[in-house]
Amino acid sequence: MMPDPVEIAFVIAKIGMVLFVILTLAAYLVYAERRLLAWIQDRKGPNRVGPQGLLQPLADLVKLLTKEDVCPPAGDRWLFFLAPAMAAIPAIMTFAIVPFGAPLRLAGRDLPLQVADLNVGLLLFMALSSIAVYGVALGGWASNSKYALLGSLRGLAQLISYELSMGLSLVPAVMLARSFRLSDIVAAQAGCWFILYQPLAFVVFLVSILAECKRIPFDLPEAEGELVAGFHTEYSGMRFGLFFVGEYINIIVLGGLAATFFLGGWHGPVLPGILWFWGKALAFAFLFIWIRGTLPRLRYDQLMHFGWKVLTPLALVNILATAWWLFLTGGA
Amino acid sequence: MRVVDDITAILTGLWTTLKHILRRPVTVQYPEEKRTPSPRYRARIILTRDPDGGERCVACYLCSAACPVDCISMQAEEVEGGRRRAAWFRINFSRCIFCGLCAEACPTTAIQMTPDYEICKRDVMDLVFEKEDLLVAHGGKDARYNFYRHAGIGVTQPRGEGAEERPPVDVRGLLP
Ligand code: SF4
Ligand code: SF4
Repeated sequence: MMPDPVEIAFVIAKIGMVLFVILTLAAYLVYAERRLLAWIQDRKGPNRVGPQGLLQPLADLVKLLTKEDVCPPAGDRWLFFLAPAMAAIPAIMTFAIVPFGAPLRLAGRDLPLQVADLNVGLLLFMALSSIAVYGVALGGWASNSKYALLGSLRGLAQLISYELSMGLSLVPAVMLARSFRLSDIVAAQAGCWFILYQPLAFVVFLVSILAECKRIPFDLPEAEGELVAGFHTEYSGMRFGLFFVGEYINIIVLGGLAATFFLGGWHGPVLPGILWFWGKALAFAFLFIWIRGTLPRLRYDQLMHFGWKVLTPLALVNILATAWWLFLTGGA
Repeated sequence: MRVVDDITAILTGLWTTLKHILRRPVTVQYPEEKRTPSPRYRARIILTRDPDGGERCVACYLCSAACPVDCISMQAEEVEGGRRRAAWFRINFSRCIFCGLCAEACPTTAIQMTPDYEICKRDVMDLVFEKEDLLVAHGGKDARYNFYRHAGIGVTQPRGEGAEERPPVDVRGLLP
């Protein structure tokens, strides 16, 4: 079967657009976070570069690009240089499976606003989110520094404590939508968002993605109070920038996924779907920043305790309850 | 229930920070907005003059001795008529910590602190202020005080003619 050239062109255009939007949003999320944290602390935040400081991300970019790219002499050069990309690329790739708007009808064909509508989309997300932690683990290992190593060890300990509950909290969504395909999950929420059926799963997922994007209160791998800067202590210049931007891309992507799984994706009244989707994703970003401005950091034994003894059992019970409910109402 | 308490605590915290987002920031945007410090603020140091226009400083070295970072130096000299003054007087503001001990030590209220806090220079040597830079044409915080009216006996006026000074007693007249 010959692929349709128009379709290929459209997919490439979508990829380009998504990359542009995501990277710009991530840069402005850094700015938004600095401003919001400043307001929370009764300060003003960056307001010097351009009107209201809106050009601050550009200034940051220039600064990061012109800084020296240092590799510690005792470090493992190849891994050290690769690790930031390993952290940032899975975050960007995850967005490929997110449906970010209602399908367009152009020239008689249906064009889904989603880069790849895989039938195992949800599994791909789980897989990519585990790969992303390699960047953290290897970056810390290759730096050959005790703080970086401690940070990456914590990153791994954190991974095993939230991954399970994150996966389990998504199972009810799959049970309700009867598909791993993200567009099906969104379509299943056309009438009623899953958060109404599954508030518990939503809360478990929310806590897990907070841990996944290494944000306060779960920013143990970085923990600037204890570990200097954790796994990226030894990084400088744009390599540090990649870790940093990867983290913010992660926030946007995970916010988008949370919206997709529980808040009906791009479904919403009146406004076009694409606005609903981005509105919901950015609302999650705001929530993350707001939480960062409020809560203290947990100890990592507390996080593991919380993940294994609270979140995972809760998610399991929730799955059982959902199964029973589907069985009794004849949904199964 | 502990869980309920914990969740309430988290929500209370979130509510508090949300309120602060809407509050006016306390930041002072320095180069555009300038605060007026209180008159007692301790910044750039001046050497004042007495009401008659004479230099108050008598080069007694007390300020220099009191200074914890040793940033005041001077040399004393005596002019005709017996008044003392500093031949040169130098304060190195790159070392000064603006503690105000010099002003407290000065017996003549010559050296005083002012609220002018904007002393920044490109070159550190520009922060070394000489006597010409320090000397001002007014009396600072106390315009009326004149050291030589109260002390420095017989230097600027004959004995017994200073303020609050009684004519000298002829001790021989006290003999029985
Ligand atoms: S303010 Fe303190 S540090 Fe400065 S000259 Fe006076 S005594 Fe020295
Ligand atoms: S400024 Fe005051 S303390 Fe310092 S030498 Fe002059 S008279 Fe003495």
